[in-house]
Amino acid sequence: MEMPAPNQNVLKRKPELVKRLLSVLPRDAVIDHEAETKAYECDALSAYRCPPIAAVLPRTTEETAAILKICNEMQVPVVPRGSGTSLSGGALPTADSVILGVARMNAVLEINYPDRYIKVQSGRTNLSVTGAVEADGFFYAPDPSSQLACAIAGNIAMNSGGAHCLKYGVTSNNLLGVKFVTMQGDIIEIGGPHLDAEGLDLLGLICGSEGQLGIVTEATLRILPKPEGARPVLIGFDNNETAGACVADIVKAGILPVAIEFMDSPCIKATEAFAGAGYPFCEALLIVEVEGSQAEIDEQLEKITAIARKHDPVELREAKDEDQATRIWLGRKSAFGAMGQLNDYMCLDGTIPVTQLPYVLRRMNELSEEFGLKVGNVFHAGDGNLHPLILYDANKPGDLETCEAFGAEILKLCVEVGGCLTGEHGVGIEKRDLMPVQFQPEDLEAQMQIKDVFDPQWLLNPAKVFPLDSSAERRNASRSLS
Amino acid sequence: MNIFQPKTEADVAQVIRETNQGLSIFGGGTRGVCERGGNSLETTGLSGIIDYQPGALTMIAQAGTPLKEIVETLGQEGQQLPFEPMDSHAMLDLTGSATIGGAFAANISGPRRIQVGAARDFLLGVRFVDGSGNILKSGGSVMKNVTGYDLVKLLAGSHGTLGVIIQVAFKVLPVAETQSTLILEGLDDEAAIDALTTAMNSPFDVSGAAHAPSKNQTYLRLEGFNKSVLYRTEKLQAYLKKFGEAQVVNASQSESLWTKIRNVDIFADKDADIWRLSVKPTDAPKIVSAVGFKQHLYDWSGGLIWGTLPKGSNPRSALSEFGGHATRVRGQSGSIPKFQPQSPLVADLSEKIRNKFDPRGILNAGLMG
Repeated sequence: MEMPAPNQNVLKRKPELVKRLLSVLPRDAVIDHEAETKAYECDALSAYRCPPIAAVLPRTTEETAAILKICNEMQVPVVPRGSGTSLSGGALPTADSVILGVARMNAVLEINYPDRYIKVQSGRTNLSVTGAVEADGFFYAPDPSSQLACAIAGNIAMNSGGAHCLKYGVTSNNLLGVKFVTMQGDIIEIGGPHLDAEGLDLLGLICGSEGQLGIVTEATLRILPKPEGARPVLIGFDNNETAGACVADIVKAGILPVAIEFMDSPCIKATEAFAGAGYPFCEALLIVEVEGSQAEIDEQLEKITAIARKHDPVELREAKDEDQATRIWLGRKSAFGAMGQLNDYMCLDGTIPVTQLPYVLRRMNELSEEFGLKVGNVFHAGDGNLHPLILYDANKPGDLETCEAFGAEILKLCVEVGGCLTGEHGVGIEKRDLMPVQFQPEDLEAQMQIKDVFDPQWLLNPAKVFPLDSSAERRNASRSLS
Repeated sequence: MNIFQPKTEADVAQVIRETNQGLSIFGGGTRGVCERGGNSLETTGLSGIIDYQPGALTMIAQAGTPLKEIVETLGQEGQQLPFEPMDSHAMLDLTGSATIGGAFAANISGPRRIQVGAARDFLLGVRFVDGSGNILKSGGSVMKNVTGYDLVKLLAGSHGTLGVIIQVAFKVLPVAETQSTLILEGLDDEAAIDALTTAMNSPFDVSGAAHAPSKNQTYLRLEGFNKSVLYRTEKLQAYLKKFGEAQVVNASQSESLWTKIRNVDIFADKDADIWRLSVKPTDAPKIVSAVGFKQHLYDWSGGLIWGTLPKGSNPRSALSEFGGHATRVRGQSGSIPKFQPQSPLVADLSEKIRNKFDPRGILNAGLMG
C-alpha cells in the first residue's frame, strides 16, 4: 500500500508545532521524541508502519479542540486513534501527521437505566462500557472481537459490529448521540438521550466515517437489559452448500438467533490442533446461539435442531450446561490465534448475500489454488459477513504482495455477487484502492464532498478510505508544501 | 404548475437537470411533508419490487412501490417491515398511496422502533438523483456494510432535500408467531411512564410500550413464539405488580390495538395542529404539562409524544429546557418551521451538505432549514 510522501514543510516546522501544542497541553500529553513516537507507528494492520511527527493525548474535549485548531492552522494532518486495534490501517500515521489518541478520555459521565443509556468519554474501551452497567443487569450490545482493548471512539469511527449484531445491530444502531470536535476546533453536540436526532442524520453520517470528519470525544450509547440466559448449539456438515442452506432455513423460519457463526475445514483443523475444543472434523461447522429463559432457549433450539436434521448433519451437539457452552465457543474464539500459529495471516472482511455463501466459498478455494496460498474461513454467517484468513509468510519475499493480490480478488468476488468490500473493519488503507470496484467515480465524489464540508483542507486522516489518486487534488489543493 | 411523473431513473435525472424552478418531491404524498399546488416531482411511476430474498431477509424495490404491495409480498413469506411504518391517511386527512421510498425519505418508524430500530436502521442501500441530476448510489443490499461513508443514513430522513430516492434496498424480519398485550388501567402520566420504562428494563423483550391518557390505559406488547410469549406475559405481569393487575388481550386484539396506536387515530379534532416530539422518556410527562397539549399520546415508552395544539402554537420553547425535538406533522404556519431548528454549528454543516448535493436549491428548498 502506498502512502503519500510527507509534507517537508510540516517536518521542518516540528519545533514550532511542538511548542504550540505544549502551549495548550501539559508536558505529559505531548509525545515528540522519536523513540517514543515509535509506539504509535502502526495499528493492528502491522505490516505497515510509520512513526508520526508527534502524538498527543488530550484529557478533555477542550484540549482536543485546541489541538485541532493548531493543526488546522499549521496544515498538519491529524490521525485519530482509539486503541489502535484497527485491522484496516485506520490509525496508521504518516511521517508528517500528529496522532491524536483519545485513550486518556475514558470516564463514565452518566448512567441512566430508566431511559436505557450510558454517556461515556470516547476513549473508554468497549468491554468496560458493559463493565460499568453489568452489575445492574445491563450490557452494551456491539461486541467486536477486540472488545477488551478497542475504544468506543474507534467503534464509532469504523461502525464496528461483532458476533452478536445479527440480533442487536452494529454501532450505528446503538449510538444515540455524540460530542464531536471538527478540524476547525468547533465543538458540536448531535443527538442525545432521545431517539432520531433532528435534522439531517449527521449522527449516522459520522458513524463509520473513519475519523475523517471530526473527533468524537463523548458518546451516548443505548444499553439493554441482559437476557435471562444464552446457549449455543454446534452443527457439523459434510459440505459448505448444506451449511449455507441450513443458515438460510433458520433465518427464514422466524428464529432470530443472536449469533450464527461458520467455520470451514481449514479453520476447524487449525483450531482443533490449537485449542482442542473437541470439534468434529467436517467440512463446515455452524455455531448457533439463542437467548432467553431456559424454556425459551429450549423452544428455539428445538426448532433449530429440527431444521438442521433435515439437512442431514454429521454432528449435532446441544450445550447442556455452561461448561459445554464454553467448549463450543472455545474453538471459535481461538480461531484467529490458531491460524496465527500456522503462519502470518491477513484477515479480510467482505460481506455477501447469505444466499451466495456456497458459491463464494467454492470460488475462494479455487483462487487459493491459483495463488498458492491457504485460506481459512471463520465468519458471521447470519449476516453474510466473511472473514477469510489468508496465510502467508512475512519473511518470504513477495508473499505479502501475493497475499494482498489474493485478498483483492476475494473482495472483488464479494462485490461481484452483490456484496461489499468491508462489513465491519472499515476501508482504511487496506481496501482504499479497491473502492472503484464497488463505486462509480461520481459515487466516490459524492462521499468526498462530505469531507469537503467537514474538513475543507483534508487534514483529518487524509490518505484513507478514498483511492489516493482520486483524493490527490483535494489533499494537495490548499497545502503549502515548502 | 408542472407535475412530473417520471417512469425511469433516467427520466428523473432529466427532469431535474432540465428544470430551473424549485420542485416539491412526492412519494405517495401521504405524510404531509410538502404542500400540493406547486411544481412537483412524484416517484409513483417508479414502481415494482426488483429482488426479494426471504432467506437473506432482504428486498430491493423501486422507490415509488406502494407500501401496501411491499407489505403484502412480505406477508406471503411470513415476513414484515420491522419498523412498522404508520398509515397517516386518516390522521392527516390525505388521500394517495404511501410508498416505500417515502417511508424511508421521511424515516417513518412505528411502535417497534424501541425494540428493533428506526426505518433508517433497516435501510441497506439507496440509489438517488441529486440536485444536479447525477444518479448516485450508496450502501448495497447486504446487512453489514461499512464501505465508504454512510450516505444511506444521510438520505434516510432527508425528506427529499438531498436527492430524489429512486431505489431502496432494505432488511426485513419474520412476523412473530404470536403476540400479546398487557393493559394497565388508571395510571396517571407519571406512573404510566414509570411502568413503561420499568418494563423496558426487564429482560422480557418488550416490542411496544405506549400510554393513552384519553383511555386511561397503558399498553405493553410482547411478540415471539407461542410458548415464549406465554411465559413472558406471565413474567411481565408479575414484574409490574406494583402498577396494578395487568389485563392480557389475545393476538388479534393486540394486533388491532397496535395498528391504532401506530396510526395515532385518536385525534378527532381536525382543527388542531398535530406535533410529534422525540424526548428522553422520563422527561415526557413534565414536557407534556409544560407544553399543555389539548390531547396527547405516548409511544416508545414515553420517548415519542404525539400531541394536538391550537393552530399556530409552538411547543418548542417549553421543550427547550428538557432537550429533544419537535416536528409539526399537521398544520401550517409561515413563521414556525415544520422541523426543529438546529444549533448554529449543526445548521451550518447541514446547509453546506445540502449545497453540495443540491447546489441550485431546487429540491424541497427550505423544508429542513
